[in-house]
Amino acid sequence: MFAYYLQLGLRSLRKNPLLTALMVMAIGCGVAASMTTYSVFRATSNNPIPHKSSQLFVPQIDNWGPEDAAQNKGEPPSAMSYTDAINLMRDHRGKRQTVLYPVDLSVVPQDPGMLPFRQNSYAWYADTFAMFDIPFLYGGGWTAGDDEAHAAVAVIGRELNEKMFHGANSVGREINLNGRSYRITGVIDTWKPEPTFFDPVNTNGFDDASEVFIPFTRAVELKIGSNGNNNCNKDPGPGWDSWIHSECVWLQYWTELPSTADAEAYRQYLNGYSAEQQRAGRFHWAPNVRLRNVTEWLDYQKVVPQEAKVSLLVSVGFLLICLVNTVGLLLAKFMKRAPEIGVRRALGASRKEIYMQFLIEAGAIGLAGGVLGLLLTGLGMLGVTLVFEPDIAKLATLDTSLVLLTLLVSVLSTVVAAFYPTWRAAQVQPAWQLKSN
Amino acid sequence: MQIKPILSALRRHKAGTFLIAMQIALTLAIVCNALFIIQQRLAHLAEPSGLDEPNIFVIQNEWVGASTPEQLDAKMREDLGVLRALPGVQDVTLSNSYPLRGGGWDDGVKLTADQVQDTTGATIYFADERFIDTLGLKLIAGRNFRAEEITPMNVRDRLGPPVVMVTKALADKLFPAGDAVGKTIYLVGGPTTIVGVVDLLQAQSVDRWAQSFAYRSVIVPKRLAISLGVFYIVRTQPGQLDAAMRAAPKALFAHNPRRVINDEDGVLSFKEVRAKAYERDRGMAILMGLICVTLLAITAAGIVGLTSFWVGQRRKQIGVRRALGATRQDILEYFLTENLLISCGGALFGVLLAVAINLWLVTRFELHRLSLVYLLMGVVILLLLGQGAVLAPAMRASRVSPVEATRSV
Repeated sequence: MFAYYLQLGLRSLRKNPLLTALMVMAIGCGVAASMTTYSVFRATSNNPIPHKSSQLFVPQIDNWGPEDAAQNKGEPPSAMSYTDAINLMRDHRGKRQTVLYPVDLSVVPQDPGMLPFRQNSYAWYADTFAMFDIPFLYGGGWTAGDDEAHAAVAVIGRELNEKMFHGANSVGREINLNGRSYRITGVIDTWKPEPTFFDPVNTNGFDDASEVFIPFTRAVELKIGSNGNNNCNKDPGPGWDSWIHSECVWLQYWTELPSTADAEAYRQYLNGYSAEQQRAGRFHWAPNVRLRNVTEWLDYQKVVPQEAKVSLLVSVGFLLICLVNTVGLLLAKFMKRAPEIGVRRALGASRKEIYMQFLIEAGAIGLAGGVLGLLLTGLGMLGVTLVFEPDIAKLATLDTSLVLLTLLVSVLSTVVAAFYPTWRAAQVQPAWQLKSN
Repeated sequence: MQIKPILSALRRHKAGTFLIAMQIALTLAIVCNALFIIQQRLAHLAEPSGLDEPNIFVIQNEWVGASTPEQLDAKMREDLGVLRALPGVQDVTLSNSYPLRGGGWDDGVKLTADQVQDTTGATIYFADERFIDTLGLKLIAGRNFRAEEITPMNVRDRLGPPVVMVTKALADKLFPAGDAVGKTIYLVGGPTTIVGVVDLLQAQSVDRWAQSFAYRSVIVPKRLAISLGVFYIVRTQPGQLDAAMRAAPKALFAHNPRRVINDEDGVLSFKEVRAKAYERDRGMAILMGLICVTLLAITAAGIVGLTSFWVGQRRKQIGVRRALGATRQDILEYFLTENLLISCGGALFGVLLAVAINLWLVTRFELHRLSLVYLLMGVVILLLLGQGAVLAPAMRASRVSPVEATRSV
């Protein structure tokens, strides 16, 4: 019966090509707009580390006081001062913890014919590699001992390894960064979390992959400045030493807390720490701390661009209008066939059969709209670069799940739109139709 | 034209009427808001930078290896000489940043030393005595920096210059009476005296967070002597930009190869800077424009489809009316009026919907309130669209011959 109804449906669609084309186009456009904007939204609101996003936390400590917090809805600064970061590292209350900041490093090739070049680089602690589940191609991260020794060690990315060592295992070899030599302990396989959850403050969530990592302790000892934001609420005074011991915030702190009980304990610890700082006279205000996990942190940092949300909303509204349009056109199409329905009903077809027939016909339209929508979505993917900056635009891809979703949304929404016209068709009185003919 | 018979006919086509009205309402609501977003973005795009944009390009130069601030300062001054000697180059300056760059050094400005809250935020531009001329800015009060006032500064040094220049927007904010020159203001690093006021100079960031101090800048007499991220700003003779942009990095590398100038974005013309800064705004305007056009086309097509269906259904009635003496004009007007009635109903609901959506967007996305002009514009567009769409089927209806009345369907 299904095949027969499908055949009937296709024949009826051919009979009225203009109306059919209108419906298919409306659905195709609506679905394509929604799917294109959805793909951007999906990419930007992605959970970059799903299996651990509820175990990794960013603590925030208010070291600036209520006047500055008031300008930011009472929130503590989004970054941490060196003093607090080092104190928290010393207390070591999480399962793992790290402090990180983007460093300004140039790679100086051995080959004098090659010019020095810059790479996105971070300084952080040994724990980071395990915390963020960073995959290694060769070797591994440095050790906590290297952290303590301020050792000249480095981990590099796969791409840089290709460039400098032609992809060979470079563990144990030296790399020259800013004119100083570092021993490579490991080569990271492709690691490019999107969004860059570990540092949305300095990257806005999307950036090229980082290719060089060195110990935090080493970077600070060499007075390598931050390549990212530095915010001060008052004059830090002249020179590196007064800056580093000032209340300027420029560091991202991460800690791994496996259970909710751990997180609760850590929150209490943060409050206790702040209270202790208050007693010591450093803070003149009550503790104001936050502890956010990965998803909460990305949300708080507003990583999803406003444009992605607004355009998704507008596109969904667009799809809705296309569907209202389809309801009208289907109604016209189905009611035109009232005499035919009358005959079928008179010959013994039940209402259920009529429902089946017309919903299948609608499904066929939806499928055709979906195929068109797929083509247009493909086109939309190319057009995304017009709307979003390259870092974000390249994340929008037409993968299998999006193809399936496009077809599903198209067929499903068309069938839903067909409910009312089909109901009207099923209400046709056979006697009346036969008589008027 | 009598409206009553039209209404009673519509009562028999409740579903179709409702669907057309609904479609018009939804389209109106979305088109109004989309047009409004487009206008906002375009207005943002049109904000002037104050620079001689067609003749300016920027080089981001970073040094490799460790040097003392004094060495860096000497190297940078050599570079300025190299650039100045290039053919077609009119002027060169160096700074920590430039307008539309996307971010940089911002500071709070206070009027008294013991003030707790800043009077305003401000962009900090490092400048030498060539800064104003190179960028093409206009000095409207006071004087420019003198060469001997420019001093090198390391990134962690205190920013407390004895004299500064400010933009007119900042001067107006701090000293509404217009007598800013000679006054003392307080930066985070300490007090300083305003010696000059420049007319127009846009901020480093055009993003939302920097909107509160968009044109308020402090120009300080400093050269930033650090290994990362110093910008050479070059102004060329008219028409010489492309040649100078190609020659500049070559000349710099020939002079001293221990530096990094990124292949991709190390040398940018101001046109490229502008395109990058407003990428999202331009994209959003294009997207909303596309959606508006497609939406209007689909709504028009829907009206054509449904009205055609109605005309087909009513051929017999039309024939009867024609036979009873109605002219073609009468039939045409009947369908046009019918559509106008439905459209007006839809538009009324659409206006309410548009306002509701806008209010929600305002609370959710910090957009601005929809102005009445856009509602009116949307209503007019949709009424015209409806009339235009219904014209073809109505013409067809008017051509129905009175003979139809005598035929059985």
